[in-house]
Amino acid sequence: MAKGSIVAGVLAPHPPHLVYAENPPQNEPRAECGWEVLRWGYERCRANIKALKPDVLIVHSPHWPTFVGHHFLGLPRFQGLSVDPVFPHLFRYTYDVAIDVPLSLAIKERCDQAGMTTSVVKNPAFRLDYGSIISLHLINPLWDIPVVFISANQAAFYYSNEIGAQVAADLGHATRAAIEESGKRCVLLASCSLSHRHFVNEPEIPEDMSYERIHHHGQYLWDMKVLEMMRRGQTRELLDIMPEFIEMATSEVKAGCLTWMLEAMGVPDYPAEVHAYGTVIGTGNAVVEWNPMRSGRTH
Amino acid sequence: MHQSLISKAFIVSGMPHILLAHEQAPGWGRLYQAFQKAREEIEREQADLILYFSTQWLSILGYTFQADPRPEWEHVDQNWHELGSIPYEFAIDTDFAQNYADEVAQLGYKTRLINYRGFPIDTGTIVAQNLLNPHNRLKAAIVSCNMYSEKEETTRIGQAAARALKQSGKKAIAVLVSSLSHRYHVEAIKPRDDRISSRKDDEWNRKILDMLAMGDVEDVAQCTREFARQANGDMKFKGAWWLNGLLGQSNHFQGEVLAYEAVMGTGAVVVGLTPTEPVLAPDLASMMTSSEEGSQAELVDELTDFENQAMSKALKPSARGAEHHAPVSLSPPSATGALPDFEIVSQRGAEPVGLYPHARRYGDLLLLSGIGPRRAGSKDIPGVTFAPDGSVLHYDIREQTRSVIDNVRKVLEDAGSSLEKVLDIQVFLTNMKQDFAAYNEVYNATFKDIRPTRTTVQVGALPTPIAVEFKVLARP
Repeated sequence: MAKGSIVAGVLAPHPPHLVYAENPPQNEPRAECGWEVLRWGYERCRANIKALKPDVLIVHSPHWPTFVGHHFLGLPRFQGLSVDPVFPHLFRYTYDVAIDVPLSLAIKERCDQAGMTTSVVKNPAFRLDYGSIISLHLINPLWDIPVVFISANQAAFYYSNEIGAQVAADLGHATRAAIEESGKRCVLLASCSLSHRHFVNEPEIPEDMSYERIHHHGQYLWDMKVLEMMRRGQTRELLDIMPEFIEMATSEVKAGCLTWMLEAMGVPDYPAEVHAYGTVIGTGNAVVEWNPMRSGRTH
Repeated sequence: MHQSLISKAFIVSGMPHILLAHEQAPGWGRLYQAFQKAREEIEREQADLILYFSTQWLSILGYTFQADPRPEWEHVDQNWHELGSIPYEFAIDTDFAQNYADEVAQLGYKTRLINYRGFPIDTGTIVAQNLLNPHNRLKAAIVSCNMYSEKEETTRIGQAAARALKQSGKKAIAVLVSSLSHRYHVEAIKPRDDRISSRKDDEWNRKILDMLAMGDVEDVAQCTREFARQANGDMKFKGAWWLNGLLGQSNHFQGEVLAYEAVMGTGAVVVGLTPTEPVLAPDLASMMTSSEEGSQAELVDELTDFENQAMSKALKPSARGAEHHAPVSLSPPSATGALPDFEIVSQRGAEPVGLYPHARRYGDLLLLSGIGPRRAGSKDIPGVTFAPDGSVLHYDIREQTRSVIDNVRKVLEDAGSSLEKVLDIQVFLTNMKQDFAAYNEVYNATFKDIRPTRTTVQVGALPTPIAVEFKVLARP
């Protein structure tokens, strides 16, 4: 069996607004338009990912928060209705998701071997988190590739950003080892925004783009600083300043998804492709792809 | 005489372990029992609705109000899924939801009524509803917790609830669903080993509980910011501001700490608050008055207030004035102090030979009754051979001592403690000259690294035909 590999990693933010504006059949609310820059960026990224023909998509989202270790899905199929508790008027999505259980359990096993605490979901009534569903929909709206969900350990929230980063790095290494052993070609999705301070109000028409802007200038400066580092392949430096970025820009990367992905990918030193940057209700969001093939690297 | 808008208020933990796994840990069981007591109290009250504010239902766009008349689902918690599903069906007071949203909108905040099939009601509210109002005897109202709100705003949202009650002519049971300290164990633990995540968190929880037992809701609100910073309060423990706003920002309550225990490291409580003066609604003009909220000046005031209180507690434990305080009652059982004080009956300890519990917790101390070698559920005494007339033919002090230590361990564990937390032991031997060396050898094998203080004395007799008994003092 050939050694498995990570064929791409994507910073894949999950504002429900992007699915809402797209009007897919799975989502009940209807929109006129909205957030096109981000959605078109996702379309470009989606085409690149499709061309890679991955076996599995692996997503890590802050909206599956777990307090005791990392959790994995242990059933082959989950069906249900996902309603965003914060934006229920925008996201009420019917899902039917195929899980790659062997790979899910293999990553769990690697985590166990590394001394991490894990748990497996075996209750079919378990509702999948809306963050993961949104990122997965935006990368693969046909849902024709099996997926693995990984929960976000909340260590950073209870101890420090530095401890959270170490936990996420350990998870990344375990993920990489399991993928290599599996022989599968995988795409990783870090499901999070960059800066993450929201406005607490919303226009009458949620997709009225005349209201859309960054929450404040400091957030924008931090987002640009971080994106520039990605564009230059400076992910080691980015990991170094991640705790400060989290603190200064209220960043959603606090949940560990970006650190997990970069560490799993061996901290790539080649330029990432920034497909789009845009704000959603004041937060900073970027669709960014690390693709070793397109960058001339074989991973 | 004005009618009180609130007949009773509660602060409760929303951890699903209390509902789904209360038999797995003594502390979870005591929380469950406390919820049952709270439910009985609610059933005795003449209220029109039960009003929930849960730190687990977060909103960003202002405030959301549940307005589906019969929301139902099979809920599985994202983190504690292994505990099982919680089916629920609420009867929602949709008229009150509209009234409450109108009052909040008047203050300039974004509001939204939620009426969507499958909307995920949070675990905390579901747990509280299942334990406090399981058959929808009272209609419910549920408001979200804005993740960005600070003290002034959250207080206003509580005040708006009081105004909505007045407008609708209704009386409510108020329920704040929130842990105190909110730091979890980061590794899986056995339920019986559950404890508050850190001693610091535990001490801060006790400061807050001390005030709640005195009915000092306003004082708690003043200290909330510092408490949250020190003990990682659940969502900054901002629910205390909501409750304080709703209850009229006063200390006129009778407080009752029904339970305080750890659930996966968090500070879980069931606290009851009964108004000793009517809870009334503020007028809108007074609510709109600007304050220094969020400013450095306000922060300094709060810290100063808190430090003053903490100092006065440390120096003069009983010095807090009785002028504005209602009588304090603690349970179970009732006592006069404000510290946690309750009995512990171990399921694995030998049956007492008199009217006393196996242990009693008072504040930070666990006091065990004298414990001998007798086995639970029988009159057998390990290491003792009896003659046909019932007299002792022979006894093995080593075996008796081992059995005593094992019995002590079981009682400690059932009280949420362990041998490692033993502080002091008094040992009673019936024959010092003959038994000391052998008893000492067995004792050392267990306690040489724990090193509690110890006193060994000879006594003329012990109540049953035993040769050794331990009297133990430990940390909980």
